[in-house]
Amino acid sequence: MIGLVHFLTVAAIVFAIGLYGVLSKRTIVGILMSIELMLNAVNINLIAFSRFITPEVLTGQIFAIFTITVAAAEVAVGMAMIFRVYYDRNTVHAARLDEMRW
Amino acid sequence: MFNQYALSHAALIPLLPAMSFIIVGFFLRRLPILAATVSVCMSLISFALSLGVGYGVIANNITVDNPLIQRIPWLSISGLTVDMGVYIDPISAMMLVIVTLVALMVQIYSIGYMRGDAGFGRFFAYLSLFASAMLGLVIAVNFVQLFVFWELVGLCSYLLIGYYFHKISAREAAKKAFITTRIGDFGLLVGILFLQILFGTLDFQQLASNVPLYVAEHGTNLLTIVALLLFLGPIGKSGQFPLHVWLPDAMEGPTPVSALIHAATMVVAGVYLVARAFFLFSVLPNAMEVIAWIGAFTACFAASIAFTQRDIKRILAYSTVSQLGYMMLALGVGSVTASMFHLMTHAFFKALMFLAAGAVLHGLPNKNDIFEMGGLRHKMPVTFAAMTIGVLAISGIPPFAGFFSKDEILLAVSQVSMPLYTIAVVTSFMTAFYMARLLIVVFCGSEKPDNQPHEAPMSMRIPLVVLGVLAVIGGYIPYANHFGDWVRFGSASHEGLHWGIAATSTVLSILAISLAWYIYGSGKVSPDKLSRRFSTLYKLSFHKYYIDEFYLWLNHTFVDGLGKILYWLELHFVEGIVNGIAGLPVGLGDLVRKSQTGKLQRYGLIMFGAMLILVVWLVLLSPLFKGVLSGGDY
Repeated sequence: MIGLVHFLTVAAIVFAIGLYGVLSKRTIVGILMSIELMLNAVNINLIAFSRFITPEVLTGQIFAIFTITVAAAEVAVGMAMIFRVYYDRNTVHAARLDEMRW
Repeated sequence: MFNQYALSHAALIPLLPAMSFIIVGFFLRRLPILAATVSVCMSLISFALSLGVGYGVIANNITVDNPLIQRIPWLSISGLTVDMGVYIDPISAMMLVIVTLVALMVQIYSIGYMRGDAGFGRFFAYLSLFASAMLGLVIAVNFVQLFVFWELVGLCSYLLIGYYFHKISAREAAKKAFITTRIGDFGLLVGILFLQILFGTLDFQQLASNVPLYVAEHGTNLLTIVALLLFLGPIGKSGQFPLHVWLPDAMEGPTPVSALIHAATMVVAGVYLVARAFFLFSVLPNAMEVIAWIGAFTACFAASIAFTQRDIKRILAYSTVSQLGYMMLALGVGSVTASMFHLMTHAFFKALMFLAAGAVLHGLPNKNDIFEMGGLRHKMPVTFAAMTIGVLAISGIPPFAGFFSKDEILLAVSQVSMPLYTIAVVTSFMTAFYMARLLIVVFCGSEKPDNQPHEAPMSMRIPLVVLGVLAVIGGYIPYANHFGDWVRFGSASHEGLHWGIAATSTVLSILAISLAWYIYGSGKVSPDKLSRRFSTLYKLSFHKYYIDEFYLWLNHTFVDGLGKILYWLELHFVEGIVNGIAGLPVGLGDLVRKSQTGKLQRYGLIMFGAMLILVVWLVLLSPLFKGVLSGGDY
């Protein structure tokens, strides 16, 4: 029988992969994609909790739909910014975009 | 009718000139004729009210022991209530009349003297404020009110002495006057604070009733110190030794100002303060002795400087210092009557002489040295007559005003102390000598060919005539009308003339005048030769005993030296601490800012690490999650 714990485990693994990607990817495009992974891990969590703990109301599902929408918008904005950065700096390497410091 | 109105509205007397100051100062500065009209009218009304107060005092039998006091609360905090008000007794009534009269005369005179001056309106505004401040001081009901107006008087003297502010010497003189009197004012302020601490009140009437009780209970030691601190104020304001140095320099102001400062306002404020607080001084024999000796020494000392001065206004200035010394001496030996009497006659004849000197300077612009004048009596008969009356009055020749008041002082002094009496008589001889010297050198002798003197205009002659008449009769009228019954402290004191003393001083004065005539007028002796023979004395006197130089040296050595030490401390010590404190965050910041690399993923890693630590800490240690680890159902 597949229970809540299994869903949570999958979500945790996906979240960890996403986190690893955010911290280690060289390009910001990769970082953005990793962030999407983390968001989806959260979505899995939300739906799993909703399904197993409060099956009578659909709060978790609604939340997940919102998250997907916002994530889509976020990707659109993020990609636009990345294009701008690329035009300006000729690079999308996170390590090289380090002007914001002392 | 008018008396009653004047008595109940006495507060108007200082308020009218204050209003005139505001009107003239803010609106009429560019309109000389209107400015002069407004201030003179206000002064005239003020003078009329003062006369009303004077008559009211006599008509209503208001005496020193039974003053008329009006108060309004001005400041009230717990433990301290300060009133503003009007204190009318014969002393303040007399002062009101003198101050308003001299202020009026000076303002009328200034119309002629200051004609065409660029700052005409400003000058009248200051004059009005000056008179107003002095009048406020005179009617003060407590030490706070007195101190407020005392400082206002100081401010006005600063403004007026520095009236020709484009001249460096005038600016310096103004600063000198302000700073020197400030030294005394500090003592006065400390004394006032002591009084508040000791008695819990600063009201003259309450203090007067509390002081004897305090003395009976605690003795006089502490109170003597307080009184001497208070006396520092009069020392500064009334030009007593050793703070007399500002008074002669105050001659940098226009001559009418000198007349006002020296005759009615400013310098007599100190004498008035001692007289007003006489209930305090009179119970302290040691303080009284100090006052008497300072007064006597100042009188003699200033007279000896006046001997050799060449600047006409400076001679008059030193004679003022000397006469103020007389007044202090009279107070010191316990005679308010004599002091106030002399204050009054002195106001008349000193204002007269200053205004006459102003007329001389008006007729001979840019000449101050009396030896460059000479023979002016033909071209300036009115001025000559005025100056002659003034000189005879100050020398104490009967029946001029100074004779009666000086005799009162000498009489009062002779009853207390023989050494002081001797000093006073010697001073009176010296006074007659140097005043006669001034008169003879300026007005007699031959005319200098390159001088083109002319008599003063009408507006300047009127005050000369009025004050001249007062300087003649101003002594006789009070003398004949029981002045001592009214203006007094304690019991009525009016001994009348003492023929021995009167004759001594008169004979000595006549001798002194004859001697002056012999040296300066007859041409038989050369003054230059005399000054060479006594060259050491002459130089000492001519350089004012080098007191200015001494103060300058004191300043350079101690004040500047202290300044240098403090500067060094500031530079190396204070600044070190401040810079050290400022350097600490800079250094810390330098250390910490290295962690801000701008590398996005490093920030993320740190954030994640921190989160991890927090979560572990929460889960392991927080009681909130106790049950979570031990057993979950999911």
